[in-house]
Parts: sequence; C-alpha cells; structure tokens
Amino acid sequence: MEVFLQTLVAGILKGGLYALIGLGMTLIMGVMGIINLAHGQLMMIAMYVTYVLFHYMGVDPYYALIVSMPSLFVLGMLIQRFLLNPLMKVEAILPENQVLMTVGIGMVLTEVIRFIFSSNYLSAQTSYSSEVRFVGGISISYPLSIAFVVATVLTLALFWFLIKTDLGRSIRAVSQDPEAAELMGINAERIKIITMGLGSALVAAAGTLLLPIYYLYPDIGGPFTRRAFVITILGGLGSTVGAIFGGVTLGLAEAFGSTYIGMEFEEMIGLVIFLLVLLFLPGGFKRLTKV
Amino acid sequence: MLKVEHIEVYYGDLQVLWDVSFEVRQGEIVVLLGANGAGKSTTLKTISSLLSPGPGTITLQGRRLDAVPPDKVIEYGVAHVPEGRRLFSEMTVEENLIVGALKGEAKAKREETMKWVYSLFPRLHERKKQPAGTLSGGEQQMAAIGRGLMSLPKLIMFDEPSLGLAPILVSEIFGIVKTIHEQGVTVLLVEQNVKHTLAMCDRAYILENGRVTMTGTGEEFLNNPQVREAYLGV
Repeated sequence: MEVFLQTLVAGILKGGLYALIGLGMTLIMGVMGIINLAHGQLMMIAMYVTYVLFHYMGVDPYYALIVSMPSLFVLGMLIQRFLLNPLMKVEAILPENQVLMTVGIGMVLTEVIRFIFSSNYLSAQTSYSSEVRFVGGISISYPLSIAFVVATVLTLALFWFLIKTDLGRSIRAVSQDPEAAELMGINAERIKIITMGLGSALVAAAGTLLLPIYYLYPDIGGPFTRRAFVITILGGLGSTVGAIFGGVTLGLAEAFGSTYIGMEFEEMIGLVIFLLVLLFLPGGFKRLTKV
Repeated sequence: MLKVEHIEVYYGDLQVLWDVSFEVRQGEIVVLLGANGAGKSTTLKTISSLLSPGPGTITLQGRRLDAVPPDKVIEYGVAHVPEGRRLFSEMTVEENLIVGALKGEAKAKREETMKWVYSLFPRLHERKKQPAGTLSGGEQQMAAIGRGLMSLPKLIMFDEPSLGLAPILVSEIFGIVKTIHEQGVTVLLVEQNVKHTLAMCDRAYILENGRVTMTGTGEEFLNNPQVREAYLGV
C-alpha cells in the first residue's frame, strides 16, 4: 500500500510537469494546426541555458526560470517568424511541410548543442537534488514538489491569460477560426509568432524545473518530444484542459510502470498508452467531456 | 461611400469575378443578389481583403481598401458578418462579442456597445455565458451580427444571414438588419432570398456567373418581368 501511494504521488508530481510540456505543444497545435516536433529540443535548449547559469554563475536552477523562459520565448518567436511563417505563404506547400521543418529545427538544435557541449552527460547537482520529505510515511522528492508547485502556478497563470486578456482571447479566436479572427482585426501571423514563443517558454519552464533531477545530454529532446506528442493526443488535439489530463495520465502511467513492471519500461509504457488511445479513443479525453 | 471598381478575382487559375463594379452610398441598403456560385461571397471576401481584387480597386470614403491587409479593414469601419456565422464556437457569446471590439474606439466603448447589442438581441444577453457553438441557428446568426456591430462599423456587410433559418427567424433577422440601418449604419447585403430583400433595399445588383448583369432600385426589380420570372418564380 505504501509503495502504491508513493508511486501515485510521484506520478502526479511528474504529471504536473508533463502537463506544462503538453500545454505548450497544445497551444501551438491549436493555433498553427501543426504538431511541433521540435518541442522536446526546445526544452533541451532551456535545460542547457539553466545548466550554464548554474554551473558557470552559480545561479540556482529555480531562479534560472527568469532567464530560461524569456530566452526560449524569443527563440520560439524567431523560429516562427523566420522559419515557419514563410513556409505558409508558399503556394502548393502542404501544412505537413511545416511539420517536417520542425523536425529539421529539432535536429539542428540538437547538433548545435552537441557541437558546443559534446555528448557528455551533465547534471546540476544542487544541495536539494536528492532531498526527500516524509509525509505520513511516504517519501516525496523535494525538487519534484517544487517543480509541481511552479508548474501549477504557471498553468493557472496561462489559463487566466487565455480567458481574461484580449491577447489570450485573440489566441483562442485564431485557433478556432483564423479567417473569422482576421475579420475581427486580429493579425493571425502575429498571433502565431506570439503563441510559438509562449509554447516555447512553457516547455522551457518544464526543462528548467527538471534539470535538478535529470541528467542532461543533447539527445534528451527526442524522448520529450515524444512525450509531448503523447500528451497532446491523449488530451485531444488542441484542448488545453485535455493537455493537463494527458500530462497527469502519462506521469502516472510512467510512475506505475516503472514501479511495478520495471524502470527500463518507463518510456515504453507511455507509447503503449498512446497506441491504445488512438485505437479506442481517437479523440482523446476531449471526446469524453465534450468541452 | 464604398466603391468597387473593375475587380477580377481568381481562385488559383479559376476566374470567379469578371470586371465587377458597384457602389454603396452613405445610408443605403444595397443588395447583391445571385444564385449559388455567382460570386457574391467572393465579392465580400475581396472587400475584406481576404482575396485580391486583381487590377480592380476598392475604396471606402475615398481611401483605398484593397492594399490593406485583412486584419486592418475593420479599422476603416467595415464589418463583415460572414457566411455560416463563423463564430468562435468554444468561446462564450460574451467572449465572441468582446473579440469583435479589440481595437481603438471600439475597445474603449466596449461595455456601452455590448449593452446596445444586448438591447437589440435580448436573447443573447440570456445566453451570454454559453459557448457560441451551443446556440440555435437563429441565435448564432444574432451573435454573428452582434459581433460585427461591436466594431462600431460605418458599413456592415451581411453574407446570407437568412441561410438555413426557419421562415419566422428569417423575418426576424431582416427586421434586425432594418433596425441597424435605421440607427445609421450603411448596409451591404448579400442574399438569395429575393422577396424579402428587394422590398427593403434601396438598390440592388444582380450577379450572374461572376458578372454584374443588372442594377436598379428594389422597386424597379420587383416590377421587372424578367426578374420576377427568374428569381421570384411568378
């Protein structure tokens, strides 16, 4: 029973971070209509930004959020402005070509980082990296709890932004009907640039929060792109609330999988769930709630 | 007020408008009539800059509209209520109205305009917290019109507002179009519903296969045997 509860808590905490990753992907999916297959690689960049700040300047990874999120916001906007938006204007090019472009961007980011930092494993060992707190006999990872709290705050802030501000409403309008949005005076291209920046900043936060508990190497982006993809599909493409459910589900599945089946199956379990959802619930969780 | 001159519009290689010219004067209700595929919606989309007018020009009160990007057209005082309502279906009625007033004066007067829209459509007020996609067809049309009004337009363009509505709702919608016109907004109406529109408009143009084939006042059209035969079936 204790092991079960422990796994449950660990899964939910991790799920909060996964939700953050999925939310970024979902926002981009909604507005651009494409899957951003460089999502995990953007997160990897944020992790290296955090690492550099920690290793060379002694900045605590949590404070590094103040740098990593804005940097990735700008990087995301530049990618959209100069690499993805121009593709949309070329006649007879399918939206799929933008997806291929994101694959290419992901590879370039990975190789640039490999060039600078080599393929060596790095880690940001903070004083609290392996610290645990005990609550009623269950051990809870301290860095993972902090990560969960920050992820929750960011998620709430994102929802507030999307619902209560004109810019947030414009983003939702573009994702629901870009042409009608233009008739309302919304510059859809500008919104796409901002959304890509926002999605990148969200995944940057996840990367920075994960750094104290993860090894870092250039290829770490790939597995996280796959996770983001799984979360987005689980949630029902383009549904923000669904992305949270998707994130928590994946976190739980990975936690229970690695506890009860074996550590080495952690990543595979997510992909198996992904296949099951595609087969039996093709619309994701969104189909269940009808919102 | 609005002058459309010699526009030629293509979808890819396919030409759909041929030398279309017409004008809407201040304070008028002008109707573009025509069958499906005649080019009516295309004409409105071209005015809204969603399509290029080719060698033609479009001016509003002497200012060129055709070189303006689509998201700027609304700032010139033109609102477009598109075919099929095109509401943001997962957003509430109120949010849809807010998105109609994102800029400048319209934004500053948002609350005030919203009250006016709710007074025109009390039913929207009752449903303001409901997602637009859950409204009935007639209510959706009201919401689309309300959203268009939120930008405080000088000219409002309706693309087949009666499409798919029950006859009683059709009369209601046209009644609202008239009310809006009486409150000083110039109206350009695209319709297939000839009987209702000819009676209420100042002037009408008939589009056939992408060309303007006839113009006149509503009354002239109603008395024209050719029109009566082709469009009214009498």
